[in-house]
Amino acid sequence: MIDIITAAVWIAGSLFALLAAIGVLRMPDVFTRMQASTKAATLGLGCLLIGGALQLGDLGSVIRLLSIFAFILLTTPVAALVIARAAYLAEVPLWEGTVLDERSASADRASGNSSRMNS
Amino acid sequence: MIENIAPVVLTMQGAALLIAFVRLVKGPTLPDRIVAMDLIGVLVIGLSVVLAAATGIRETLDAAMVIALIGFVATVAYATYVERGHPE
Repeated sequence: MIDIITAAVWIAGSLFALLAAIGVLRMPDVFTRMQASTKAATLGLGCLLIGGALQLGDLGSVIRLLSIFAFILLTTPVAALVIARAAYLAEVPLWEGTVLDERSASADRASGNSSRMNS
Repeated sequence: MIENIAPVVLTMQGAALLIAFVRLVKGPTLPDRIVAMDLIGVLVIGLSVVLAAATGIRETLDAAMVIALIGFVATVAYATYVERGHPE
C-alpha cells in the first residue's frame, strides 16, 4: 500500500519537475520563466519529499525531509521576488505581448488614482 | 514496486535537468541563467531524495539539505550582483 502511494506521488512530482523545466525552456521572457520554475518546481519537490518520507519512514530521515520542505517553501518565493526585482531594475526586456507593467510610469498615468500621482 | 518505479522517476528528473541546462547555456540574459540555476538546484534536491529512498543510502539527504541552504544564498547573491548594475 505504501509502495503504491509512493509510486503515485513520485510520478506526480517528477511530472511537475519536468513541466517546470519545459516551462523554463519555452516561456518567452524572464518573468514568465521564473513563474513556471518556482511554482511547478516547489510542488514537484514537495511531492517527491512526501514520497521519500513515506518510503524511508525512520525518524531521522523524516525530520531531514520535513526541514528541507519547510526551507524550500519559505525561501522559493523570496528568491523569485529578488530575481524578478533585479531583472526589472536591470531593464531586461519584457515580452512584447505583455499587457500591463504596473511599475512603469505609463501605468501610473493610466490608472490615474495612484498615491504617487496625487502627492 | 519501488525498484521498478525509481528508474522512471530518476529518468524524468534527469530529462528535466537536461532541459534546464539548455536554458542555462542559451539564456539571453543573466537573470535567465539565474532562474535556470535555481531550478537545477531544486531538481538536484529531488534527485538525491529519490536516490536516498530507492537505495537506502540516507547520507544523500544531508547533501540535499546543504544544496537547499546554499542554493538560496547563491540566488540572492547573484540577484544582488545584477541589481548593482553588472548586466553581463
